[in-house]
Amino acid sequence: MAIKLENLTYTYNPGTPFEKKAMSDVNIHIPKGQFVGLIGHTGSGKSTLIQHLNGLIKPTSGNIYINGRNIHNKDEVSIKDVRQQVGLVFQYPEYQLFEMNIYKDVAFGPENMGLSKEEVKERVHKALSMVNIGEDMFDKSPFELSGGQKRRVAIAGVLAMEPEILILDEPTAGLDPKGREEILGQVSKMHEELGITVILVSHSMEDVAKYVDRLVVMKGGKVELDGIPREIFNHIEELEDMGLAAPQIRYIMEELSAKGMDVKKDILTVEEAADIIASYLKKGGIRSDS
Amino acid sequence: MIRDITIGQYYPTNSYIHRLDPRVKILSTFAYIISLFLIDNYIGYLIVALFIYTITKVAKIPLKFILKGLKAIFIIVLFTVILNVFMAPGETILYEFGKVKVTLEGIKLAIRMVSRLVLLIIGSSLMTLTTSPIELTDGIESLLKPFSKIGVPAHEIAMMMSISLRFIPILLEETDKIMKAQMARGADFESGGIIKRAKALIPILVPLFISAFRRADELAMAMEARCYRGGENRTRMKELRYESKDYIALSIMAILVVVTILI
Amino acid sequence: MERMVEARNITFEYHKYNDEGNIEESFTALDNMSLEIEKGEFVVILGHNGSGKSTFAKHLNAILTPMKGFLLVKGINTKDEEKIWDIRQTAGMVFQNPDNQIVATIVDEDIAFGPENLGIAPDEIRRRVDKALEAVEMTDYKDHSPNHLSGGQKQRVAIAGVLAMKPECIVFDEPTAMLDPIGRQEVLNTIYKLNKEEDITIIHITHYMQEAINADRVIVMEEGKIVMEGSPREVFSDVAKLKELGLDAPDATTLAYELKKRGIDISTEILSTQEVVDAIWRLSSKI
Repeated sequence: MAIKLENLTYTYNPGTPFEKKAMSDVNIHIPKGQFVGLIGHTGSGKSTLIQHLNGLIKPTSGNIYINGRNIHNKDEVSIKDVRQQVGLVFQYPEYQLFEMNIYKDVAFGPENMGLSKEEVKERVHKALSMVNIGEDMFDKSPFELSGGQKRRVAIAGVLAMEPEILILDEPTAGLDPKGREEILGQVSKMHEELGITVILVSHSMEDVAKYVDRLVVMKGGKVELDGIPREIFNHIEELEDMGLAAPQIRYIMEELSAKGMDVKKDILTVEEAADIIASYLKKGGIRSDS
Repeated sequence: MIRDITIGQYYPTNSYIHRLDPRVKILSTFAYIISLFLIDNYIGYLIVALFIYTITKVAKIPLKFILKGLKAIFIIVLFTVILNVFMAPGETILYEFGKVKVTLEGIKLAIRMVSRLVLLIIGSSLMTLTTSPIELTDGIESLLKPFSKIGVPAHEIAMMMSISLRFIPILLEETDKIMKAQMARGADFESGGIIKRAKALIPILVPLFISAFRRADELAMAMEARCYRGGENRTRMKELRYESKDYIALSIMAILVVVTILI
Repeated sequence: MERMVEARNITFEYHKYNDEGNIEESFTALDNMSLEIEKGEFVVILGHNGSGKSTFAKHLNAILTPMKGFLLVKGINTKDEEKIWDIRQTAGMVFQNPDNQIVATIVDEDIAFGPENLGIAPDEIRRRVDKALEAVEMTDYKDHSPNHLSGGQKQRVAIAGVLAMKPECIVFDEPTAMLDPIGRQEVLNTIYKLNKEEDITIIHITHYMQEAINADRVIVMEEGKIVMEGSPREVFSDVAKLKELGLDAPDATTLAYELKKRGIDISTEILSTQEVVDAIWRLSSKI
């Protein structure tokens, strides 16, 4: 499903002393099936932006089109359908678990859609297996799980609605490296297997660099940079001005090439860097990709 | 709607009124409320209204802000008017249709009740608008202290108030977040009968309570880690002291009460 | 050197009780763990969630006491209930969630909370609060409500609240886990400063490896036990073992490790960008 944002502007508490522009004149087009990283410092407007995409917040001005249909035009599409098509996983989603057991909690979304019992069951099983929660756990109370498990169950609660666009707001916040990798790996797998559009909100460059096709960097409610990660990381100074940074490995490559080593700079992972440097050293200082 | 309620909100301007001792403001508000109920003529209300207007000006609080706060109680005001106009017994009948009578006495009573209600709300919101919650808590603690000998837990009440004040905005924000998250999962809070709507609250209330308990637990631990062990032997960094401006304010208040009662 | 903390064979279990009040399930959070920390040291404890590091942190402040073994803070046994307030004043604690540890609705009043509990005179509290605000660089915000601060600022207020009690040691229990990168850096800089300038013993618990690079000593925990211990350089050089434990090493160290795996003769005792760049540069100049 494609997303198109047209001159999107949003102002908090308009007309009061607390008036604050959270987003101004944002234009983004995301084609179906893309994996997009949305990056920005706290207060850059990224959380406000994603809440617009399933109609939780109405823009002060501008339009949102999901698959060509204006989501705030009742003649074109109902908000209920929009919420089903655009699945939104909030930050710390485990805090929204409420049912007696895992199965029921994940079934909440599909039940609200008015699906039959069999369909609900099928979807719950599918969603939980996608986040690696086995059937033996289904009867457990969600409050007995570990932090990482709770989060995965909460994500399954949104997946069970089978959205065509999945938005995750910092899904790895507060997790340890292993938990982070598990969640991101699963999201990436879902993107590949289901062919859905994924928007991943994060403030960790390291986290997104590995997975996304495209990076949108926001600052002060505006889109500041938009492109493929390799290209975005060339703007190291601009990123630093925004309180962000390129992955540490990029800095290492920058330094090496500044010293005069003829190596490719726009790499994303440590492994990639190691391959390039190792072959450079073995070949006696000849660039491998040229 | 929640945002419109001005009672309990603080509007910092650092005016003369803001700088008064919180105890003076609490006592004055009490005196003010009592005098409101003792007044029984229009001139009295007029004097009080002028007084309140002056305080608002001195406190540098925009009138618009206060009037906006009244919007929240509009329903109550309307209800008061209807109740008094149609229900109050009276002799001078102005209109009559069937069993419903509108009397002059009823209208007069309605005006009185509405004036009282509106002045009451504005007066008490002025206290909270000009006094930071923490000062208010300190004031209450200090005023209650003499009663702690007869078993009134002054410190505990103040601590509870202060913690509530700190966490109410956090929990409101959290409620908003949880609501949105459940709406994103297709929850519907707006349609259906009472039972359906009450049921729809479960997905909000359960996570909210769990979160509140978790916060309470963590806060208790953090307080203990900072050596909190109740009010005993506790000192205060900011001690309340009456100054000359406080005595002046109290005198003005006393004059107002006497005047309104005597009229 | 004076000893700040001495833990001897401490064991702690969490119990889950059934309806009859008998233990149904138990989980060993600390397993016969021993550790000494000297005064002025900066120790970082790493480990993934559930490794027991937070349970250990709570022992240092006598929120929990060991079921077996004992723990001394500046020579005082944490089981000595009469001295519990001395322990808590000596070893202050900063928790993960910045919101759930701030009591008051104004920044400076919150910082005063600890000293007020200790029964200190108002003038002295004022002095300590001002000094603590300065140390965490939050003086400009002293009249603000904590609700309008960023996560990093709130956490610095929490640190100031502990500082105003004049502790000799501060235990940080994942203080950066809920912060954004800027907030994380703010808090880290404050922690470094307290160690260097105020000579406060720091025990910093985290799962961000980068935060351990400047530590005097790194301790890695797993299943309630210490599984790795040493200088950051020593600990991080064993990238394979860290990975096995579900932890990361800094990118610079990982790069060296990956190069070595590819047959390049490079030391893995590397921590910073500069070090790895220099090492690679030396190799490339030889060819």
